[in-house]
Amino acid sequence: MKLLAARRRHPMALVVLLLVGLLLTGGAYSLFTGSTTASADEYSAADVEAGQKLFVTNCATCHGLNAEGSENGPSLIGVGAAAVDFQVSTGRMPLQMHGPQAQVKQAQFSEEEIAQMAGYVASLGPGPAVPDEEWLDTAEGDAAAGGGLFRTNCAMCHNVVGSGGALTRGKYAPNLTEVSEKHLYEAMQTGPQNMPIFNDANLSPEEKRDIITYVREVSETPSAGGFKLGSLGPVAEGLFIWFFGLAGVVGITMWLTARSK
Amino acid sequence: MSTAQTTSKTVAAVGSVAQWTEDRTGASKAVREFGRKIFPSHWSFMLGEVALYSFIILVLSGTFLTFWFKPAMAEVVYQGPWTALHGVTISEAYASTLEISFEIRGGLFIRQMHHWAALLFMAALTIHALRIFFTGAFRKPRELNWVIGIVLSMVGLGAGFTGYSLPDDLLSGNGLRIIDGLLKSIPLVGTYISFFLFGGEFPGIHIVSRLYSLHIMILPAVLIALIGVHLMFVVIHKHTQWPGAGHSEKNVVGEPVLPTFAAKGGGFFFLIFALVAFISAIFTINPIWNYGPYDPSPVSAGTQPDWYVGWADGILRIMPGWMEFYIFGYPISLNINIAIIIMLLFWGIAMVWPWIEAWMLGDNREHHILDRPRNNPTRTGLGVAAAVWYAVMWAGASGDLVAVFFHMSLNDMIYIFRVLFIVGPFIAFFLTRRICLSLQRKDRELVLHGHETGQIIRLPHGEFQERHQPLTPHEVWALTAFETPQVLPAQPGKDGKVSGLERVRARMAKYFYEDRIHPVTKAELDAAHEAHHHDEVAAGDHDDHKGLEK
Repeated sequence: MKLLAARRRHPMALVVLLLVGLLLTGGAYSLFTGSTTASADEYSAADVEAGQKLFVTNCATCHGLNAEGSENGPSLIGVGAAAVDFQVSTGRMPLQMHGPQAQVKQAQFSEEEIAQMAGYVASLGPGPAVPDEEWLDTAEGDAAAGGGLFRTNCAMCHNVVGSGGALTRGKYAPNLTEVSEKHLYEAMQTGPQNMPIFNDANLSPEEKRDIITYVREVSETPSAGGFKLGSLGPVAEGLFIWFFGLAGVVGITMWLTARSK
Repeated sequence: MSTAQTTSKTVAAVGSVAQWTEDRTGASKAVREFGRKIFPSHWSFMLGEVALYSFIILVLSGTFLTFWFKPAMAEVVYQGPWTALHGVTISEAYASTLEISFEIRGGLFIRQMHHWAALLFMAALTIHALRIFFTGAFRKPRELNWVIGIVLSMVGLGAGFTGYSLPDDLLSGNGLRIIDGLLKSIPLVGTYISFFLFGGEFPGIHIVSRLYSLHIMILPAVLIALIGVHLMFVVIHKHTQWPGAGHSEKNVVGEPVLPTFAAKGGGFFFLIFALVAFISAIFTINPIWNYGPYDPSPVSAGTQPDWYVGWADGILRIMPGWMEFYIFGYPISLNINIAIIIMLLFWGIAMVWPWIEAWMLGDNREHHILDRPRNNPTRTGLGVAAAVWYAVMWAGASGDLVAVFFHMSLNDMIYIFRVLFIVGPFIAFFLTRRICLSLQRKDRELVLHGHETGQIIRLPHGEFQERHQPLTPHEVWALTAFETPQVLPAQPGKDGKVSGLERVRARMAKYFYEDRIHPVTKAELDAAHEAHHHDEVAAGDHDDHKGLEK
């Protein structure tokens, strides 16, 4: 203790103290939030090796030979298997062309290949894993609680029932009604494109499941009032009354005032 | 009993009831007088009726809704059939609207009818106003009725908005938040007005019951009173009519109220009712269960007002942020105020337009014969310019949806709307005026040369000519019976001097009405026929010719 006491007024003491503090909080953080973080453990060495080959052939042009990133694509170290699974199995990656946002298209790889690439990326650094089945089971979720979370966290971009909406400069929040449970979860977990990351400290896995349950519920419940007009709200309704309602009215007026010939 | 006997008995029964009523009310005079009113028949004259019938549907369906709606903001825990809200704490207003939608028999249908009828009411009112404007039906003696119509559209907007805000769902709460912002942006008194309306800081616990009083009592009462005066004026002024053979400024050619017009009108009401019922049965409107209860923190993407408030929302969306600035530390939120300013300006100019037009032309005569829009190119041009200006603001409110559906950048949409907001009306005015003038030239051409028949004839000396078929007298009348606006040069006043205002008037009149096409005169028509005749005579084609010209 004498050694410490003697040096407590040393000019570097503050820096050391800060470093120790940062290391401790950082270490504690990773301990507490590491619940769904996967390392390469769940993927076999053969998978990782096959994944690396696929990566070098299909992804390295933009993301770099060691996934360190380039001016055309971000580094993938630490993005986790969930990010790879979401981006590749929704067809967003490999990117078709540069633009404001990656577009959904037909998936370019088989499930096995996607898992191999996910394994390779997971081996580069710890990151979120592909979610367990239990967090995707909407029978366990609470739609009402999910609705509250959805309105607070998601609706400003995705619309209250997930019909989608515009973001700045040509970016957009996609329609969620056809998105699978797994992809909904992974999107929240990894924050693809312009979406914020909702990690397990923001929204617990249970809360994510509630949100997924809500999205499923509102997109699968039959509409009580008839055709939904895209669930887009008053703009669709206004267009409808002008182009169909008023057109019907004008048709009726013309019929009533038509002269017999 | 024979048929004749039955008939005479029925007639006697009806007669005695009629006599009983007549003795006590003296109604026969009014019925006779009103029954003889003549209404010209044209589809565009029936648009105002659509607004009236939509209003009747609104009153009927609205009354039904009041039986169950609870205009209260006390909180209850939802336990109804919509599982996505189970256990959520919501206001009584929202809970009762959910109850109407899911638990009251026919409730959702009536609610949808009420909402669709409201949209149709405002849409019909709008195209009715456009018809009045573009045909010049607002001219003396109908200026006051035009003003009443504009006030009706303002009150109608208020009635619609207060109704939109009642269910206390997320969408309506977001709309109210914008109203709160609009009020608070008014310099000096804004905050006081907002606190007065909401009974404290937004959203408070009073707003729904206050809007309810406005929505079901005060605003409908104002609407009914104004509609009554509006219709009374229609009867007093008599209906306008299109130019046509036998139509003059002193008569009305059409069908009497009894029996023809009344029967048609009654049938028309049921057709409109059927149309609204059909739409309401098939198409969802305002699915409030999707929006969830109001809470000031969330906002949904695609949050828009009903269409008739859209232009105000659009102004807010396209105005640049630098329009808010500080003077001595006090914020001046011109970017928000501008929405109120533009709306009042728009309505204000519309209201005084009949007097502006009469003043520019120095025209104090009564007008009962309508203008075809092309025959007053300046008015039509200005009307289309105003409509385009409105439409840009209106579209501005849906910029986000347009961006998504047409894969555009939202930022670019805003820039496009800003440019169109300034230049759109000018382009619309010049283009429309030129198109109107061209259409008038086409009409002249048609009157002077007749319809093209596609028949080519060869004259004895070898020349080929196309034979034209002259117009019927009715067609000629419809195309030539109009007045072209005359530019009245600056006139000296009583003191013999030309005042500054008069000079401005003359300059405006010259700018707006200098380019004009005169209707074909009789002399021109005769000359054209003469020339035509010669050709035909030369062709030795007497028999055919008689058939064509009559």
